[in-house]
Amino acid sequence: MFLKNYISEVAGAVKSLLKGMKLTGYYFTHRKEIITQHYPEIKPQLPERFRGEVVMLHDENNEHACTGCTACELACPNGTIKIITKFDITPEGKKKKAIDTFVYHLELCTMCNLCVDACPTGAITMAQNFEHSVFNRNDLTKKLNKPGSKVRAGVE
Amino acid sequence: MYRTTDILEHKQSPSAGGVGEAEYMVINVGPQHPATHGVLHLVITLNGETIINVEPHLGYIHRSIEKMCESLTYRQFIYTTSRMDYLSSHINNHCCAMSVEKALQIEIPERAKYIRVILDELTRLASHQLWWGAMAMDIGAITPFFYAFREREMINDIMEETCGARLTMNYMVPGGVMFDLHPNFQKRVKEFIAFFKSKIDEYDEILTGNVIFQNRVKGIGMLSKEDAISYGCTGPTARASGVSCDVRKLYPYELYNNIEFDEIINTGCDSFARYQVRMQEMKQSLKIVEQLIDNIPEGDFQAKTKAVLKLPKGEFYTRVETARGEFGVYIVSEGATTPYRIKFRSPGFSNLSALNHMAKGNKIGDLVAIMGTIDLVIPDIDR
Repeated sequence: MFLKNYISEVAGAVKSLLKGMKLTGYYFTHRKEIITQHYPEIKPQLPERFRGEVVMLHDENNEHACTGCTACELACPNGTIKIITKFDITPEGKKKKAIDTFVYHLELCTMCNLCVDACPTGAITMAQNFEHSVFNRNDLTKKLNKPGSKVRAGVE
Repeated sequence: MYRTTDILEHKQSPSAGGVGEAEYMVINVGPQHPATHGVLHLVITLNGETIINVEPHLGYIHRSIEKMCESLTYRQFIYTTSRMDYLSSHINNHCCAMSVEKALQIEIPERAKYIRVILDELTRLASHQLWWGAMAMDIGAITPFFYAFREREMINDIMEETCGARLTMNYMVPGGVMFDLHPNFQKRVKEFIAFFKSKIDEYDEILTGNVIFQNRVKGIGMLSKEDAISYGCTGPTARASGVSCDVRKLYPYELYNNIEFDEIINTGCDSFARYQVRMQEMKQSLKIVEQLIDNIPEGDFQAKTKAVLKLPKGEFYTRVETARGEFGVYIVSEGATTPYRIKFRSPGFSNLSALNHMAKGNKIGDLVAIMGTIDLVIPDIDR
């Protein structure tokens, strides 16, 4: 009786192992179902909503839509964004607030998208670039508005 | 903390389990150990190979999230909760958003509710898949890990397309969700369901039926119903001990009272029961997603909210069922734009507290199998 139980136990164990090995064997012989991505050689296709870093949109005239309202700076939970404003003199001789520098600390950013959500003019957006490693830490502090750029006319 | 020399000199176990005169050895597992899935430090007192006492030491990944939240507004603090239990970040965010909505009495659109529940269940599936792979790897089987990640990758791609991130989504905002669903969402989720349904049987084939696996997990890590309740265990850990504790069933939130699904309860009380509960839960999550995916109503995805949220004075508690158990957010508000105090009730912490009880008397090799079935996520424990 003991021997019978023992043999049936061993047979059941071998059966269960073979069942698992059958599945492993299936994938070994069906190479088409392997889904490995060769990352550094072939770059992944990232969806448009992917959050890689914050960028400021500039059009062909080197104009952006940022009015310097600091809504993104207030919305940011980590102090990633710092906006330095200046006063432009309009042709009518009035003072007008405009951005001088849009400082973006990539090393502090958690890509939570709250700044993009808060922006009333749609000046900033998230880019798909995800390879952020640099040799010098200071390179991670970025200036988002391009040199010589100004606010697009009509954006308030 | 017990020093090795103290225990050896006095020949007494810290737990004083009445073992008497014996040579004890103290071993540190972690904080950097491949089997602990993070920086968990366990101080184990051994009598030969038998575990006398397991003492978790916490604090290696403490980021003081609760304190940090006190200086963040009600829109900002949600993102921190994705960094706690990163495998069910959607569900954590959901709970925070819901507690703010509850306090402000914001009625969220029907479409947002559907999106939230579908994404919650997809997150639960992804979490259980990772658990399944990691648990098999703990026990010594490498292959299941790759199968689990193949299916999880599909969910991650869906999340990436709709929410913009793979792990820390921050997609739930007070009033609804951040963006509308991606046009491809429904098609891809249906593809995933069809694909995963054929693969979930493979999971059983390769691991559940395996005789080595069964011998490793059956009858170890016993946690009786009474102990599960007194240690405050929730989620699959408690449900495998026969405790009915599914927040989705007991205190339904969002759409859960209209959805047909079963609360999985197993009375096996051992590691294998906890394994089975999670495997069954995956099937239930699939069932929930299947019910909702075709009926997402049209409409707004976000209710109109004020730019600056100010909670009324008072205390608010909301709870949800994450992949690991009950997650709760307790907000004390003084009427300002930032909370006066926030407390997160995380499931991992309570489940870890039962580890000593489960592991006592087992062999040291079983400790990893027991830990695997509790499904610990260390940032969730330390916060």
